[in-house]
Amino acid sequence: MTKDSYEGWNEAYKESRLRDLPFETMSGIPLDPVYGPSDGEFPGVFPYKRGPHASMYRSKLWTMRMFAGFGTATDTNERFKEIIRSGGDGLSTAFDMPTLLGLDSDDPRSLGEVGRCGVAVDSLADMRDLFADIDLGSITTSMTINSPAAVIFAMFIAQAEESGVARSRLGGTLQNDILKEYQAQKEFVFPPRQSMRLVRDTIAFTAASMPRWNSISISGYHIREAGSTAVEELAFTLANGFAYVELAREAGLDVDAVAPRLSFFFNAHIDFFEEIAKYRAARQLWAKWMRDHYHAKNARSLQLRFHTQTAGVSLTAQQPEVNIVRTTIEALAGVLGGTQSLHTNSMDEALALPTEKAARIALRTQQVLAYETNVTHVADPLGGSYFVEALTSEMQRQAELVFTEIMEMGNGSMLDGCINGIEENWFQGRIADSSYELERNFNKGERVVVGVNRFLEGNDDADLEILNISIADEKKQLERLEQVRRRRNDDAVRRCLRDLASQAADPEVNLIPALIEASRNEVTVGEMMNTMAGVFGRHVEHASI
Amino acid sequence: MSLRVLVAKVGLDGHDRGIKVVARLLRDAGMEVVYTGLFQTPETVAIAAIQEDVDVIGLSMLSGAHLTLVPLVVEALRARGSDIPVVVGGIVPSKDIEILMNAGVAGVMGPGASGESVVTTITEATAHQKSRTAQSDSR
Repeated sequence: MTKDSYEGWNEAYKESRLRDLPFETMSGIPLDPVYGPSDGEFPGVFPYKRGPHASMYRSKLWTMRMFAGFGTATDTNERFKEIIRSGGDGLSTAFDMPTLLGLDSDDPRSLGEVGRCGVAVDSLADMRDLFADIDLGSITTSMTINSPAAVIFAMFIAQAEESGVARSRLGGTLQNDILKEYQAQKEFVFPPRQSMRLVRDTIAFTAASMPRWNSISISGYHIREAGSTAVEELAFTLANGFAYVELAREAGLDVDAVAPRLSFFFNAHIDFFEEIAKYRAARQLWAKWMRDHYHAKNARSLQLRFHTQTAGVSLTAQQPEVNIVRTTIEALAGVLGGTQSLHTNSMDEALALPTEKAARIALRTQQVLAYETNVTHVADPLGGSYFVEALTSEMQRQAELVFTEIMEMGNGSMLDGCINGIEENWFQGRIADSSYELERNFNKGERVVVGVNRFLEGNDDADLEILNISIADEKKQLERLEQVRRRRNDDAVRRCLRDLASQAADPEVNLIPALIEASRNEVTVGEMMNTMAGVFGRHVEHASI
Repeated sequence: MSLRVLVAKVGLDGHDRGIKVVARLLRDAGMEVVYTGLFQTPETVAIAAIQEDVDVIGLSMLSGAHLTLVPLVVEALRARGSDIPVVVGGIVPSKDIEILMNAGVAGVMGPGASGESVVTTITEATAHQKSRTAQSDSR
């Protein structure tokens, strides 16, 4: 590194607006914004290993974005408002299984799953209730939805515009990362290439008319939760990111029109230093590859920004209060690694969706880190540690080996490599192998999980109150859907679905406008998805152990 | 003769980490394991189990729909005259265990179950079933 790094950082830092507080230790020792030799690396400057911004949390804390959703839209709206009242500053919507798979609540396959793992959304009517009394122009909204992402996105735009917020003012994130669905999360509907067409449509639509919207949240979280190693999470996620960049390029979009609106989503697992090294490695790899392989020029295209969620799989049903400690350690790794946004899991999530109390403790955990510990004063506080730097470099090296393997599967194309790897079960097999290895270590006692295979005293008195979703919620949702079906204009519904089918058959057409029009006419998620499946077909995974 | 086990995901839940780990654990313990893939219905599970002539079925449930879907699997089996035992693993709160057992389930494994206990629960479910079948035969 040259002097340029310091000067670049210094210039950017001077221009940054800082939060109004003394940047010093508890005992009054003044702190620099970042530490290191003047000929070293700095945050806010290529290759961004030390952070995407020069002043990091001195200017803006991470967004405390708590993921929530259960029951009907009205139930979840209440929880959203509680999150806002408690000081959460971003919303994140969890949808139920039927919605994630593009099924209506009254589909026979939805039986028993409506509103259970998230909120049930069938039509615009539900979207209205979900965001009732919430100003979508001032709060950012994230939606965890993938196969039906384009449909839910269209419904969200229709709802916002109906409530008087123009689409250009909407800020937030659509998860919309379909590749990791086939690799890990497994909530897929259409075959990979047809799904990628919908991803392309959302990217193109947001690039043209929604400057504050992140079109994809490229997610390693689920890859890790499915059992991958940290390096696999890092490598697969970034490879998927490059695949989306290639997809946009093939669609004729300029890399710098698209890349600034790509965001990332990583896991924060329990191996503290490995996680911090992973985030640093991710930023540096992304910057280098985007500049050198994809010829991005805009600085924002090179700056990897990410959301973090603590590891659901690290939570235990035994002695659930101990999960607060695990979550705190994981959240701290995310913060020391420079996350832009954070969700902390609740202590009861190995048992059920969180109660309001458990969710509040999880948010309070973030607030303690943000406001009491002073860890936010100095950017990349572990930068320069021999250990963390060596681990960061090693993870980059291993990730690049994986990139090479994936590109070989695609004859030089990361996009084709990712899709071919999915179709050949390559990603799925790697993840299953890693997860089995971890399990064997646990069974042999080499990996200790407190309260599960060591230190079991106290396991008997775990009588935690958990959230119950009653079958009554499912009935309520079915009645709501029935009302919508009765009151809407059937001719308009048929016309919208006909248009959608004919436009879906033409790969040149962007489907988002047709989906918005259908949403306005209260066409349901299931109807839109079935219509597209009629054109696109459905994906079936080859089952393997 | 080694035990034949069908492991299955019923409903819309795509979380397949647990089922794959369990499938490999059982295979390494010397059992023959059949996995029918994601998004099965109670009927497809019952039909596959009978066709494959398995000794026991293991259902992996992480979506919270176990109280609805698991009894339907048991019913689908019994409706076809089959008494293949059904074992459930996954995110099952302890208060639901009794409800599942009353619905005819032979065993429930919650989060954190060790590999050893998975193998034991599966083996005991079949042993229990065999002794019951023997008893009813002798009557």
